[in-house]
Amino acid sequence: MDEIQSLWHGFGVALSPTNIALMFTGVILGVIIGVLPGLGGANGVAILLPLTFGMAQTPGGATSAIILLSCIYWGALFGGAITSILFNIPGEPWSVATTFDGYPMAQQGQAGRALTAAFTSSFVGAFLAVVMITFLSPVVAGFALAFGPPEYFAVYLLTFCAFIGTSKEPPFKTLAAMMLGFALAAVGTDTVTGTLRLTFGSTHLLTGFDFLVAVIGLFGIGEILLTLEEGLEFRGTKAKLNMRVVLETWRELPRYWLTSVRSTLVGCFMGIVPGGATPASFMSYGVARRFSPDGAKFGTGKIEGVVAPETAAHAAGTSALLPMLTLGVPGSPTAAVLLGGLMIWGLQPGPLLFVEQKDFVWGLIASMYLGNIAGLIVVLTCVPLFAAILRVPFSIIAPIIIVICAIGSFTVKNAMFDIWMMVVFGILGYLFKKLQYPLAPLVLAIVLGDNAESAFRQAMLMSQGDLSILFANTLVGTMTTLALVLLFWPMISALLAKLRGKPG
Amino acid sequence: MSESPEESGRAAFGQKSAELAVAAFFFAIGAIVIVDSLRLGTGWQEVHGPQPGYFPFYLGLIICVASLVNATRALLVKRADDKAFVEVGQLKLVLTVLVPTAIYAALVTWTGIYAASFLYIALFMRLLGKYPLWKAVAVPAGVIVVFFVVFEQWFKVPLPKGPLENLLGLG
Repeated sequence: MDEIQSLWHGFGVALSPTNIALMFTGVILGVIIGVLPGLGGANGVAILLPLTFGMAQTPGGATSAIILLSCIYWGALFGGAITSILFNIPGEPWSVATTFDGYPMAQQGQAGRALTAAFTSSFVGAFLAVVMITFLSPVVAGFALAFGPPEYFAVYLLTFCAFIGTSKEPPFKTLAAMMLGFALAAVGTDTVTGTLRLTFGSTHLLTGFDFLVAVIGLFGIGEILLTLEEGLEFRGTKAKLNMRVVLETWRELPRYWLTSVRSTLVGCFMGIVPGGATPASFMSYGVARRFSPDGAKFGTGKIEGVVAPETAAHAAGTSALLPMLTLGVPGSPTAAVLLGGLMIWGLQPGPLLFVEQKDFVWGLIASMYLGNIAGLIVVLTCVPLFAAILRVPFSIIAPIIIVICAIGSFTVKNAMFDIWMMVVFGILGYLFKKLQYPLAPLVLAIVLGDNAESAFRQAMLMSQGDLSILFANTLVGTMTTLALVLLFWPMISALLAKLRGKPG
Repeated sequence: MSESPEESGRAAFGQKSAELAVAAFFFAIGAIVIVDSLRLGTGWQEVHGPQPGYFPFYLGLIICVASLVNATRALLVKRADDKAFVEVGQLKLVLTVLVPTAIYAALVTWTGIYAASFLYIALFMRLLGKYPLWKAVAVPAGVIVVFFVVFEQWFKVPLPKGPLENLLGLG
């Protein structure tokens, strides 16, 4: 088995003392980021990304940098559960479904049980997803090696149309948000001809809008403004987590293996197609409620209601890295930020990575196994510590977070202008969130805009401007057709519902 | 905040006006993109293929059409069904943070990040958190020292400094 050998090699890369230290640092930072309001996986990674610019230049440094950043991601995934269960405040959107049963459990004095269940099932979901990545990604990458510009454009088209077809937001709002992202990506120097576009004489805009600043503003500042509406106070239950509770819960958990398997499948699927962790957690909660014999009691504090969404959220969050690594198309906003990081470090994500950067790819995959183990250890031992962070009053935490966001925006390009842009994106993020304009496709479009456009233009050059090249062979034709079906899915499903509604 | 609960619970903006405003924002962006694309050329040129404005032109077009659809959908909502987009009390809280943050962003340009951050956190704690003066000075002082050590010393990322740092010989 080639993969096992490569993975073994990857463990060799990942298991250096520096990298293990970075793993724990990343996970701890990640949990803190996941616990705090206004800091989440995507913008936490975005803020810390500029700090790795120097690190990535040293030999082997890119691997260390991605290990640090991906571990922040795992930590943020774990951290979301803590606030959901103890404070009934989802630290991350994908932990919303965890509050349904997690918070009632905490109120009944079973916080320890709920937390253990959440962490353990997170671990299981992530672990199974990494196993899938290990064996599936070389296959997908090998397949994608034969891709030309038309195929790549079809992949991008499929990704973005999938947002319209699967998101619960109104389709025209998804479309508007996505196209705004593409328009922002187009600002600056045109990559093909070198012409300046949409800069209107401003020197600040010569290099375009930076997606990191957009992410920090949209997710960070926007989120804080939203949190403020709820008032300045947090109220939570106390957390105690001793080994006895952990072991007791572990003895109980194997009973719910079927829920775990179902949730992992939902999660992996939703992670690979750009649905993301949030819908995966809701969907898996719904599925578990439907199939469980205790389904009617969901929402009153059933442990299964914690297992299902947590497993799915982690499986989705992890498998979102599969298309990012193999195709260069991220499955979630955080994966998009990681992808942007790879590009800044000078690595071109996509199938060639598996050929040219074996150390990097397999070091990263090995670190996913190790990082999740590190995560489980950290969260099981440090819950009281993390819960204490949440007791720091909001009027201290909020300005500090905003200052961190400002520093993060500045360090991207050492530009003051970006701090201003962060505030503007923050206001937009607040408005968009409240009016159901989805942020994920917007961010993905900013990151992928240039690539999508150049794939399109190269494809058009190949065909001398004939759009039929997108149907030139079975592969590209299937992808384009699927993309179009997804694009018009809201209409198709409405039509189907109408037909079904009419009797006879 | 001294108003009665009814006052702060009143809607500052309706959902409908917010929808229309954001749709108008999108339309304006779309129009800007279209205008600039037309300047760049939206057709075909030799060697390079599609002209630089080709791709953005259609982006702008889609943004405009989508914003019109969104605006129409908002207009179809009956006045009686209009919900509050944000209540007065909520808006006040949001603005008490947003306005200082904007001032902070402007201040960083003049004073550098450290002095501005100190003032921002201190005033936030003092005015919104009602902390005693010594706490409102100690906490931000500690925070900026930590930032200085982490960014300047560990990661060697210089942050913007102003006249105050130069005076202290740190600039």
